[in-house]
Amino acid sequence: MRPWSAAYVTGHMQALLHSLGRMAQKPLSSAMTVAVIGIALALPTGLHVILQNLQGVSAGWENTAQMSLFLKQDVPPEAVESLRSRLEDMTEIAAVMYITPRQALEEFRDSSGFGAALDSLRENPLPAVLVVRPRLEFNDPQLLQSLRERMQALPQVDMAQLDMEWIERLFAIMEIGRRGVLILGVLLSLAVLLIVGNTIRLAIQNRREEIEVQKLIGATDAFIRRPFLYYGFWYGLFGAMTAWLLVNVSLALLSGPVSRLSLLYDSARTLSGLGLNASLALMMAGVLLGLLGAWAAVGRNLREIEPE
Amino acid sequence: MIHFDNVGKRYAGGREALAGVSFHLEEGEMAFLTGHSGAGKSTLLKLVAMLERASYGQVFFNGQNITRIGKRRIPYLRREIGIIFQNYKLLNDRTVFDNVALPLVIAGVPYQEIRRRVRAALDKVGLLDKEKRFPVMLSGGEQQRVGVARAVVNKPPLLLADEPTGNLDPALSAEMMRLFEQFNQVGVTVLIASHDLDLISRMNHRVFTLEQGRMIADGRPVRAR
Repeated sequence: MRPWSAAYVTGHMQALLHSLGRMAQKPLSSAMTVAVIGIALALPTGLHVILQNLQGVSAGWENTAQMSLFLKQDVPPEAVESLRSRLEDMTEIAAVMYITPRQALEEFRDSSGFGAALDSLRENPLPAVLVVRPRLEFNDPQLLQSLRERMQALPQVDMAQLDMEWIERLFAIMEIGRRGVLILGVLLSLAVLLIVGNTIRLAIQNRREEIEVQKLIGATDAFIRRPFLYYGFWYGLFGAMTAWLLVNVSLALLSGPVSRLSLLYDSARTLSGLGLNASLALMMAGVLLGLLGAWAAVGRNLREIEPE
Repeated sequence: MIHFDNVGKRYAGGREALAGVSFHLEEGEMAFLTGHSGAGKSTLLKLVAMLERASYGQVFFNGQNITRIGKRRIPYLRREIGIIFQNYKLLNDRTVFDNVALPLVIAGVPYQEIRRRVRAALDKVGLLDKEKRFPVMLSGGEQQRVGVARAVVNKPPLLLADEPTGNLDPALSAEMMRLFEQFNQVGVTVLIASHDLDLISRMNHRVFTLEQGRMIADGRPVRAR
């Protein structure tokens, strides 16, 4: 059969539907295989979604990276003001806010509840603070770090503190998470390959006689291979659809508690699910793994069957 | 159609199934291949059907040297040979229609055409009314006729039959042979391996006799009717 001739396409359609029909003939064992593939694919997919959500939450914080310059106590207000305008002229810096010791004290009094205790102090122990907000394009941990070092070197500055360290730690933890998901994904993909491969191997053995007869009456290897490859296709596709369903059901179950939690943090954040792209990627991955597993099984096992 | 030139086949283990066999079966001829079991009948048929390769000598089919033919070309050549087996080799989970249609499906024939040709083949063997049955619902003779219909459905120039009457009673066997003669009369070359000497002797066709891998006779039966 010439590729893309009408007969070739018909042959493929026949094999596609034929393999689907074969699966329907044994619904229980087919469903179990599909479920195993679905669970194997759902695990890394679900973890990926959770990571995405964490990233979404922290992305908001990343943009608010700022630096607090605690000035030395003996710097006069005029000098602070001139430093502020000098800093604002720097290209890396978007804005600088001056918090006078008094403002700082009042803010602290309002928010801390130590009002009475603070009143008993004879003088304000708080230093003047310049809050530096870097430009967005410098919002990179390394650039920020070097900026912080330069600020620290200024004679008026007692301590320059980047309010980002915990975000960096979070990112480091999330990087570990991402690696973990990747490793898990690779391992479970391997599992899917093996599951599909083994299922197809059994299917081939069950149809040994049929394959022999087909070879005897002139079937090409491609013709015999085709329905088994489509088995892999269907298993992969149905497995991916099962995984999609599992992930979305799990997200629906989680969404209540998550929105309650985010209300406690005064944010209206909701759990974002699998987007269209991720869903398509999941389906593609499933189909690809199914085909690959089938291909591996078919190559070896069909060669062994030769008519007597 | 089939030409053997000093062909031998030695199996792993040293058993020599065929030794120095030469013959020429012309296009449109009908011939029997006979001999005791183990004389090499099946091996000879397997060499023609490209299920085995000769250890030495040359095998020609339809003018082509198929002795060392590439594996990829074998399926296409097999489509030119209709093979009938002693144990029918039908697929029991498919209907009679689907069994007979298989060679056409493999060859990529359009569905309408398949319908027409399968019915023609089933009509020829007298089983048109059984197309929706499954093989196990049929008698041995009927199953064998399904096998014949499958072998002829894509009109191959050569029919090979390996003990086609081995499981049939004498009346059915004679009927089966008449069916082969009908195909032969429309130009199909037929080669039948059989040890039913009684039946063979009643038909006036060429007979090849094998004994221990050697061809000891090639001619007409002595007591032709």
